[in-house]
Amino acid sequence: MKHEIVEKNVGLLAVLILVAISFGGLAEVVPLFFQKQTTEPVEGLKPLTALELEGRDIYRREGCVGCHSQMVRPFRAETERYGHYNVAGEQVYEHNFLWGSKRTGPDLARVGGRYSDDWHRAHLYNPRDVVPESVMPEYPWLFENTLDGESTPAKMRTLRQLGVPYTDEDIATATEDVRGTQEITALVAYLQQLGTVLEGTR
Amino acid sequence: MNNLWGDSLSSFWSAWIIVVTLGTIALSVWILLSNRRTDKTPDADGNIETTGHAADGIEEYDNALPQWWFKLFILTVIFALGYLVLYPGLGNYAGILGWSQEGQWEEEVANAEERFTPIFAQYQEIPIPELAKDAEAMRVAERVFLNNCAVCHGSNAQGGYGFPNLTDDDWLYGGEPENIMTTLNNGRNGLMPAWQQLGENNIENLTQYVLSMSGEEHDADRAASGESTFLAACAACHTPSGTGNTALGAPNLTDDVWLYLAPGQSVADSVRQTLRNGRNGHMPAQAAYIGEERVHLVAAYVYSLRFND
Repeated sequence: MKHEIVEKNVGLLAVLILVAISFGGLAEVVPLFFQKQTTEPVEGLKPLTALELEGRDIYRREGCVGCHSQMVRPFRAETERYGHYNVAGEQVYEHNFLWGSKRTGPDLARVGGRYSDDWHRAHLYNPRDVVPESVMPEYPWLFENTLDGESTPAKMRTLRQLGVPYTDEDIATATEDVRGTQEITALVAYLQQLGTVLEGTR
Repeated sequence: MNNLWGDSLSSFWSAWIIVVTLGTIALSVWILLSNRRTDKTPDADGNIETTGHAADGIEEYDNALPQWWFKLFILTVIFALGYLVLYPGLGNYAGILGWSQEGQWEEEVANAEERFTPIFAQYQEIPIPELAKDAEAMRVAERVFLNNCAVCHGSNAQGGYGFPNLTDDDWLYGGEPENIMTTLNNGRNGLMPAWQQLGENNIENLTQYVLSMSGEEHDADRAASGESTFLAACAACHTPSGTGNTALGAPNLTDDVWLYLAPGQSVADSVRQTLRNGRNGHMPAQAAYIGEERVHLVAAYVYSLRFND
């Protein structure tokens, strides 16, 4: 085929470009859709509760992922500090992933249970109250805002369409589960469950 | 918990990956070679055949790729094939070197264990009070403390609002080696119930009584009225004399150590707040995170803090 033909037919050029750039994805991504390892949850994995789910959305809203990764890589230096490396089966209910790519602060993939609820509350109110050298911003408004839970069932229904096994009952009680709760409580609940499914595998 | 990296690919997907990967490489090489051409030579008049593209009288030559570029392309193809022979990349084929991400991690961990296990094992043999005086061991222990404990207890181990100071002689759960080991291994859950139901008047009387125990400024009349309530409601955990109970983690109320004294807060306000709302202290268990050997070492470090002035 003469390159002149390709250059002078923009539609053909576009199709050939799509073909050319699809090979990487076809080899590296597509097979994962059919792998048990990536599609089946690890034993004991449960969907987030309504409160934890709201906490996760606060985590996203406040941009925590900009400074904290949730991805322990299989290097000793990381598994020593953070615990067992991430596995795909822990992440099957995650939509979207919050792996992050920047560690201004520590990785949070396995922060659940490491510190007390009180520590998290003190730390999020003003990180320097507990870690004097911290550069993390303060989040005092999390203590003032409360959740109304109006959109919680809709979020859970959407996640269910994406394959997260919420029951009708989970969804029916979601609003009352979170209504009136401080945002900080939801965020701490989310943080305290992070990475706890694989506890004890270190 | 085996098989965290998952099972191998089915033969269909394995073949799929091999075909796509090798096919892409073959296609790249084919495109490279099929479009290869040599430099055009000028004809007798000195004119050279061009691509025919012209803009403002400037024409485009139709010459071959530069040799260095062409050879580099071929080298990348050779590199890719060599890589695919040595490392996993083609479906289920594991590569001649047998390398895997998990294997590399296991090797790193095994190397570290070989190097560090004897050191920690040697420390484990030494009783905590003795180990606490071993300067070298304490330097190692300090690192472990700073990485795992300092987040709550502070890098100087002096704690903070709600987080116990480990450098004083006041121990919520006892400061003997076995107490410290239990705290580290299993964690602690301190629970002070809220006493709102006693009513504000009783809470104020109790506050004044608690202040009187440690010689703080107090209202003597109210303190006297608070004593009977203290004996009825508080003495079970804090003992009738208020000296606390390390079996329950009930603090000694007769000294001047106040765990929940916020910066700038008066002791009276702190005590009132505690009585109204209760307190929950939680120390997470560390054994699962740092392992038995490091627990022993950190226990010795915490024990050693009493020798510092």
